[in-house]
Amino acid sequence: MRIVVLTKPVPDTASAGERLGPDKRLDRAAVPAVVNANDEYAIEAALKLVEQHGGEVALLSMAPPSAPETLRKALAMGAASGTHVTDKTLEGSDTLSTARTLAAAAKGLEFDLLFAGADTSDGGAGVVPAGVAALLGLPYLSYAAKIEPDPEKRSVRVHRISPTGFDVLKAPMPALIVCTQALGEPRYPSLKGIMAARSKEIATHGVGDIEADGAALGGQAATTEVVESQKPPARAATQVIREPAPEAAKTVVAFLAERRII
Amino acid sequence: MPGLWVIGQPTADGSLAHISAEVATLGRHLADQAGTDVTGIVVAADPKKAADELATFVPRVLAVTEPAAADHAWATIAAERIAALAKEQKPDYILLGADPDGRDVAGVLSVLLDWGVLVNATAVTWTDGGPTVEMSVFGGKLITSSRFTNGVGIITVRPNVISAEAADTPGKVETATVDGELSLPPVKVVDRISEAGAAAPIEEARVIVAGGRGIGGPDGFKIVEELAEALGGAVGATRAAVDSGWINYSQQIGQTGKIVKPQLYLALGISGAIQHKVGMQTAETIVAVNRDPDAPIAEFADLLVVGDLFEVAPAILAELRSRSG
Repeated sequence: MRIVVLTKPVPDTASAGERLGPDKRLDRAAVPAVVNANDEYAIEAALKLVEQHGGEVALLSMAPPSAPETLRKALAMGAASGTHVTDKTLEGSDTLSTARTLAAAAKGLEFDLLFAGADTSDGGAGVVPAGVAALLGLPYLSYAAKIEPDPEKRSVRVHRISPTGFDVLKAPMPALIVCTQALGEPRYPSLKGIMAARSKEIATHGVGDIEADGAALGGQAATTEVVESQKPPARAATQVIREPAPEAAKTVVAFLAERRII
Repeated sequence: MPGLWVIGQPTADGSLAHISAEVATLGRHLADQAGTDVTGIVVAADPKKAADELATFVPRVLAVTEPAAADHAWATIAAERIAALAKEQKPDYILLGADPDGRDVAGVLSVLLDWGVLVNATAVTWTDGGPTVEMSVFGGKLITSSRFTNGVGIITVRPNVISAEAADTPGKVETATVDGELSLPPVKVVDRISEAGAAAPIEEARVIVAGGRGIGGPDGFKIVEELAEALGGAVGATRAAVDSGWINYSQQIGQTGKIVKPQLYLALGISGAIQHKVGMQTAETIVAVNRDPDAPIAEFADLLVVGDLFEVAPAILAELRSRSG
């Protein structure tokens, strides 16, 4: 079984340095990049499945030229190879253009399952995977808490998180599955994995190398633009209470009453 | 008909999802500002109940009966029908919830219509002949305003952006038919599993009482639940508490969980690591109980009680009860 995981390098949230550039786009050079946290769950789930059923995990990423550095971390977890779509013209892509680019690049890859993380920590849209599935005409199974492929029957069952529990979905493969944290914690790369990742192949493609069917891609095709950005109003200073519990509780409740919360 | 469309998302029992009532209210206000029409769209195996509910918020609702939605995943099917209807009736903007179903529909609609999407709106206003969409990005570090560049678009709206509020006069429900085979592969729903005690969605809660590592174990969540109940709120948790198996992933707040913006966020035994902070720091009021006065949450809480949560939380509960009693 071959699983391709859509993997996005995102600004490291912990660096707290994310900012927009003068063009009002995320300044991706300003902050160190990490593998998007939800994508790590997708990679982990994919690795567990190929360990169980045989096969290979590959990564697909649309990202700036520096991405291979970040993708090596995902390869160190155990993915076998990567495809990196990068092109100056893709800067400033909106979600629609991103879905088109990833779908076009995925067309050139072989896979039984295409995985994506539930959303990214930078844009946070959570709409790209559904678009990719629709463009590729793949069954779309989202918000997975459990994934059970049956390679012989060429089908896959997914527990989709619903407001009241789970919907159990079933579809033929190939299919696109959106992965969540409920699938289990990602592994830490081993030293051996880190060494091995250095020599794994990351194929680089420009826009000219993928079959985008003439669809407009990149910043020039963007359908949305940021017109203004501002810092949120600063929070007032923290009021610190160091009283014994009963008095502290009275203070808390009085505070809530004053703010008309209770 | 040009104008605004709001998508009525049906729940498992066929009624209207709460988020859709909010989105419809927002759509109506926006249409008033724009001087245009707002139409609700419901696609379901039996759209009647959700369509009737949606009509309390907007003047006109189109109900599309789609039998396949009965035992197939809803979003892709709904998106295909909405897209076909939109190509025929040409609305300018489509609004839906920024929840899992809404996001799924938005993603499919976007590529079927070749329309852009502005996501996770925290406010939408009508300016210069189009919507301006405000969103909170980088975990609340920045607020951006964005617009569509070509006069059409899809907007996903976060829960709690607006209170659902019925229109003065109820609207009309009309039946709409969309012909044609579905071209995207429908995904079969083979079973629906209800989890015992599945909690109310935390994104919609006005009050959230959340527990972190300091809660110490599943039993520790009892006091969290009791306080949540006393405050009429929902229970939330950090990733540490979820990873430890103390509480369901559905209650997790933060980077890989849910983003919430309640009136009150009461954090018990939560240090306030960045991955959690990005999910809750836009809460109107943050009250924290923590042993460590130097925990990161001390930097952004409005009120911090330094102390043992197992002493302070029951004391708050007792105080609330004596107040209401």
